[in-house]
Amino acid sequence: MRLLEYEAKEVFRTFQIPIPRGDVAESAEEAVRVAEGIGGPVVVKAQVPVGGRGKAGGVIFAENPEEAGEAASTLLGRGLRGLRVRRVLVEERLRIDRELYLGLTVDRRCRSYVFLASGEGGVDIEEVAQRAPEKVIKYAIDPLEGFRRHHARWVAKRLGFSGGLMMKLSEIAKRLYEMGVEMDAELTEINPLAQVGEGFVAADARLNIDDNALFRHGDLVQRYGGGELEGLSEAEREARGLGLTYVELDGDIGIIGNGAGLTMATLDTVNFYGGRPGNFLDLGGGAPPERVEQAITLLLNNRRIRVILLNILGGITRCDEIARGIVNARRKGGPIKPIVVRISGTNEEEGIRILAEAGLEISGSMEEAAERAVALSRGGWA
Amino acid sequence: MMRFVEEGTRVLVQGITGSQGRFHTRLMLEYGTRIVAGVTPGRGGEEVEGVPVFDTVFEALEESEPEASIIFVPAPQAREAALEAIEGGLDPIVIVTEGMPIRDSIEVIARARRRGITIIGPNTPGIIRVGACKLGIMPSGVFRKGRVGIASRSGTLTYEVASQISRIGLGESTCIGLGGDPVVGLDFIDVLRWFQEDEETEAAVIIGEIGGDAEERAAEFISGGGFTKPALAYIAGRTAVPGRRMGHAGAIVEGGVGTAEGKMEALRSAGVYVGELPRDIARALKEMMG
Repeated sequence: MRLLEYEAKEVFRTFQIPIPRGDVAESAEEAVRVAEGIGGPVVVKAQVPVGGRGKAGGVIFAENPEEAGEAASTLLGRGLRGLRVRRVLVEERLRIDRELYLGLTVDRRCRSYVFLASGEGGVDIEEVAQRAPEKVIKYAIDPLEGFRRHHARWVAKRLGFSGGLMMKLSEIAKRLYEMGVEMDAELTEINPLAQVGEGFVAADARLNIDDNALFRHGDLVQRYGGGELEGLSEAEREARGLGLTYVELDGDIGIIGNGAGLTMATLDTVNFYGGRPGNFLDLGGGAPPERVEQAITLLLNNRRIRVILLNILGGITRCDEIARGIVNARRKGGPIKPIVVRISGTNEEEGIRILAEAGLEISGSMEEAAERAVALSRGGWA
Repeated sequence: MMRFVEEGTRVLVQGITGSQGRFHTRLMLEYGTRIVAGVTPGRGGEEVEGVPVFDTVFEALEESEPEASIIFVPAPQAREAALEAIEGGLDPIVIVTEGMPIRDSIEVIARARRRGITIIGPNTPGIIRVGACKLGIMPSGVFRKGRVGIASRSGTLTYEVASQISRIGLGESTCIGLGGDPVVGLDFIDVLRWFQEDEETEAAVIIGEIGGDAEERAAEFISGGGFTKPALAYIAGRTAVPGRRMGHAGAIVEGGVGTAEGKMEALRSAGVYVGELPRDIARALKEMMG
C-alpha cells in the first residue's frame, strides 16, 4: 500500500521525524486557511500516488494565502499523470541550504533491510545511482542486530557531517529505520531531506507498506486505504477488493492463471503465437470456486476481452474447485465469450468431468490452449 | 552442505489440522513421506490421517523425534511457527505459507542461518525427492523418477515443465521450489551447488522470473565453474511486467537488473540453454540426453 505524501508525513510525525508545518486541503478556501495559519510563503503540492509531480506541474509556490488559494484551484480537480487531484498539501516554504536523500528498503540478495543515503537528494536518486554509484551509500542491516545509533552515525559521517548536525542527522536516520520496520515498509524515503540552518526537515515523504503485513496495520488501512486506489482502473479496484492480483493490458485475450510465474508464462506463450494479452490475473494458491467465479465474471464484463484463457496447474489449488467456479460463472449469465481451459494436477479427473458435463472442452497443453485462444480472438475456431 | 530430505526422513507438519495441512498430509503420506507428528496449538491429542497431533513442537520432538518440518500455518502465525521449529533444531524447514510479511521472513531466515538451518520458502511448493519423499504441495503425478534436477521460483510453472520432462521419459531426481516471495531462504546457487554433488542429478533446470537478480547470480556461478553439468533455463515475464515495482530505492539495490531479457542474456552467455517457451526445455533435454 502506497501512502500519499501527507499520509506518510502524518506517520513520520508520530515517529518524531521533523516535517514542515502545514496541512491538507480539499478546496481553495481550505488552502487559504492553512496558508493563513502558516503565515509567509508556502508551497502547494498535489497529492497523487505517482512520482515526478514537480516536473508534471503538480507543485506550485505561493507568496501569500491568496496565491495559495489560486494554486489550489489550479491543481484541484485537474489531471496529473492520468490521476485526478483531489487534495493538496499546503506547507511552509523551507529555506533549504542543502538537499539529502535517506531511504530504507528490502535487499533480496542480503535477505535484509538496507539503509540508503546520499548527499545528492531532491533529484532522481535512481539516476544518481546509475551515474555515480559512489554517491549513494548502502548499509546492509544485520536483521538480528538492527540499525543502531552508531550505524546511523557512520552513515551521517560518510555524508560529510560532524558535530551537532551529524548527531541530528543520525537521529533522523535511526527514526526512519525504526518507523520502516515497525510499519512493515517495503520502501520508505525522504527525498529530499532538507538541511535548514542547523537542522533537518523531511521536505517530501514516501512510505510503501508491505501488502502482506496490512493485517498488522488495520488502523492505517482504515484511515488511508483509499489513496492508492486512485491510481487503478475500476476493474483493477474491483479485483483488488476480491483479493486477486490483476493488471490490465491492452490486448483482447483475457488470461487467468494460478501462480505469478505460470500466469506470466501464459502471457508470454499467447504473445509467442501472435495474440495480445488483455490482462494478467493470478488467482493465487488454493483458490476456492467463488474466487474463480469472480475472476471470470470480471473478464466477462470487460468489454475489450473477446476470449478467456484459463491455465491452471493444481498443487495447492484443486482442479475440481476451479471447474466449479468456471461452471458457476457461466451459469450466472452475462456476456457470452469463448472460454479456453487447460487444467492439470490435483483432482484433475474430477475437474475435467465437471467441465465436460458443462460442455466445455479441455486443451491438452498450455501451448495448445494459447494457440486456440489466439485463433478464437481472431474470430476463427481452432 | 545443506541438509535436504531423503527417503525415511522423519517429518513434522505444523498447522496439520487446517484444511491445507490436512489435505496435503494425506497426499504426502500417500507419496511415502514419513510424517511422524503434527502440531496445532490447542489441538493436542487429536490425530490426522493416523498422525498424532501435539500442542507444541517440543512435545512432538520428545514423543516422535521429527528431523524436518513443513509449515502450513496461516501467514499471521507463520513467523512464530517457524521460530519454534528453528528453536527445536528442525532442518530443513519448508514454509509453504503464502503471504508472509517480508519483515517476518527476514527475521526467520536470519535466525535459521545463525543456527545453520535451511529454510525453503516461504511461499514455496516445497521439495520432492522423486520416488522417495516429498515435503510440499506439488502434485506427485507430474513427476517421474529420473535424472533431471529442477530449481524454480515458481510453483505452478515447475509442474508445467516437470510434466513435460516426465512425458519424454527423462524424469526428475529432485525438484525444489525456492519460493515466490522477494525474500526467501534458498537461491539458485545453493541448489546448483547441491545438484553438482548429487549423483542422481545429471542436468539442472532453472525456472526463473522477472525481478531480483537470482538468475544473474546463478549465471555467474555457472560461468565460474561452480556447476559443470548441462544447465537449462526458462524465464517467465517477457510480455508483461506485473511485478511490483519497488520504487527508486528498490531499483538501486537491484542495480538495474531484473528484466526477463537481461536474465536470459546472462544465462545464455554462461552457456545455459534458454527456452523461449516452457515446452522447449523438455525438447532440448531430449536432444542433449536422449
